Amino acid sequence: MADNASASAGPAGNNLISAITSRLVILVPYAWLLFFFLIPFFIVFKISLSSTAISMPPYTPVINGFSDLASKWHTFSFDNYVWLTQDPLYYRAYIRSVVIAAVATFFTLLIGYPIAYGMARAPATLRPTLLMLVILPFWTSFLIRVYAWIGILKPEGLLNQLLMWLNLIDSPLIILNTDWAIYIGIVYSYLPFMVLPLYSALEKMDYTLIEAANDLGCPPLGAFWKITFPLSLPGVVAGCLLVFIPAVGEFVIPDLLGGSETLMIGKTLWNEFNSNRDWPVSSAVAVILLLLLVVPIMFFQQAQAKAQEQGR
Amino acid sequence: MTASKLGLSAALVALMTFGASAQDKVVNVYNWSDYIDTSILEDFTKETGIKVVYDVFDSNEILETKLLAGGSGYDVVVPSGHFLVRQIQAGVFQKLDKSKLPNLSNMWDVVTERTAAYDPGNEYSVNYMWGTTGIGYNVDKVKAALGTDKIDSWDVVFDPAKAEKLKDCGIYILDQSQDIVPAALHYLGLDPNARDADSFAKAEELLLKIRPFVRKFHSSEYINALANGDICLAIGWSGDVFQARDRAAEANQGVKVQYMIPKEGAEMWFDQFAIPADAPHVDEALAFINYMMKPEVAAKASNYVYYANGNKASQQFIDKDILDDPAIYPDEATLSKLYTVQPYGPKEQRLVTRLWTKVTTGQ
Repeated sequence: MADNASASAGPAGNNLISAITSRLVILVPYAWLLFFFLIPFFIVFKISLSSTAISMPPYTPVINGFSDLASKWHTFSFDNYVWLTQDPLYYRAYIRSVVIAAVATFFTLLIGYPIAYGMARAPATLRPTLLMLVILPFWTSFLIRVYAWIGILKPEGLLNQLLMWLNLIDSPLIILNTDWAIYIGIVYSYLPFMVLPLYSALEKMDYTLIEAANDLGCPPLGAFWKITFPLSLPGVVAGCLLVFIPAVGEFVIPDLLGGSETLMIGKTLWNEFNSNRDWPVSSAVAVILLLLLVVPIMFFQQAQAKAQEQGR
Repeated sequence: MTASKLGLSAALVALMTFGASAQDKVVNVYNWSDYIDTSILEDFTKETGIKVVYDVFDSNEILETKLLAGGSGYDVVVPSGHFLVRQIQAGVFQKLDKSKLPNLSNMWDVVTERTAAYDPGNEYSVNYMWGTTGIGYNVDKVKAALGTDKIDSWDVVFDPAKAEKLKDCGIYILDQSQDIVPAALHYLGLDPNARDADSFAKAEELLLKIRPFVRKFHSSEYINALANGDICLAIGWSGDVFQARDRAAEANQGVKVQYMIPKEGAEMWFDQFAIPADAPHVDEALAFINYMMKPEVAAKASNYVYYANGNKASQQFIDKDILDDPAIYPDEATLSKLYTVQPYGPKEQRLVTRLWTKVTTGQ
């Protein structure tokens, strides 16, 4: 019956149906983007244009539907954004977050690259096990793993006990509640996000190229920088962005492991929202944070598109 | 099992669950973490047939955010006094039907007089527990650092010379501007409720002077840090410090934790039962609050959490070591030195938050 129908519709009808289905398939990610990104974003953006009030919810004006929007839009203002520029607190927090995230991303790459390289060069039978080991930490709650680092890093913690036992230090190192603890926390937590894309880039590489380079007299380190690293670049970019973007807005790690003097934007946002009850300003902070992150995300997209073109 | 039997038992199960859901009365309670003897909830269900769905939070801010967003689904919540004021203004709560709260007669006027400052006429709330914001310390470490057996003043934190000596063994301070700024003002001999820029500047100056000697500003980590002997001193809430004391005693690692109300006086705070305006089970909520005001029940709660309650009639049932502990039930002289804190308006709040960020980040 189905055969009859398609036969009678002819090739033109088939094309039409496949065109419609392919459009529908494309529509799914757009619908996803609309419902889970654009609409929430506009809600946040709308709140960022209002001002605080002692009410439920704690901002003015409360808009219900489009008719309200028409009559109340003039009460919206960009005062909250102006406020963000007037107080140095905010741009300091943004800059500090970006710096911490960038440094942490660098260290993650430094540690993640040899791991991914070792995995990619390991015997093929071992690789699934190694991959499993990288993913394994996700089976425990992120929060618990960060808490565990408090026990490791604190003055009487495991790390200091070990170092003192080895006679490497006389008095405990103060690591917990410093920026070092934040770096350790971020590098540890985000390492799998770096290793996995690096691994997938390195695994696809043709290692006969290295042999050829060696045969032609190129030293191993030279071959690495001239062949391996450039070929793994898409993985490096993907890994760095996957670490950098969430690290900028990180709240849990600086709150638990960092000291009070570390001012990061995630914590600032939390303070504005919860301690200050200033939903409009915290919404403005969130909007700016998003804009700040859209730039690297677009860069990521572009890099991926380029990589795909090269792959063809 | 034959098919017919299986069908019958399935029908029976369906009938039973249906019957249960139709009859089951429920009250959704949202209270602070580690803040109740859970057998009280079981007893309440046994006595009234109302099931308690119990959920916990660990900061006033989290509670307030949920309440202000609306539709929280909770029937009984427990905000602190200075948060309650603003929440009442925002229209978060409903007035209590006092005809359904006969046990109100058990309440203690010393407490109700003070809570009336937050909730005039106590129309929206009933006291659960109250306590002070003072100093918790590791007895041996403080002795080693300062050479004294007994500390009794705010100067261990607010006098830079003393704070410096305690720096290495660790000072924690609550990350709560609305508790610490008044404490600093009070130490300076100013009105803890002052809200002019001048007073704020003086508080800021004092706090910045001691900032280099503070390891961390955090509102809950100090419980574990004190109990594990990681730090020597924390400005914290009385009950939290008692919890640290008990945990340290249980762990039996030789850590001795003590709580003190500084002789200059300290903040007295109140955690209040209240019913959200949009609570789905108001009658059950009233029944729960009324049950919690029974003398035996209130005493049981205090005996478990080591906080003083606002229930006069319960005092005969409270353990002697709690009732006679001046750090929990302060004597008349101490009581007269305790102050209460009023909430800041939106503009003052911004000033205080700026001040606080400056102090905590040291920038």
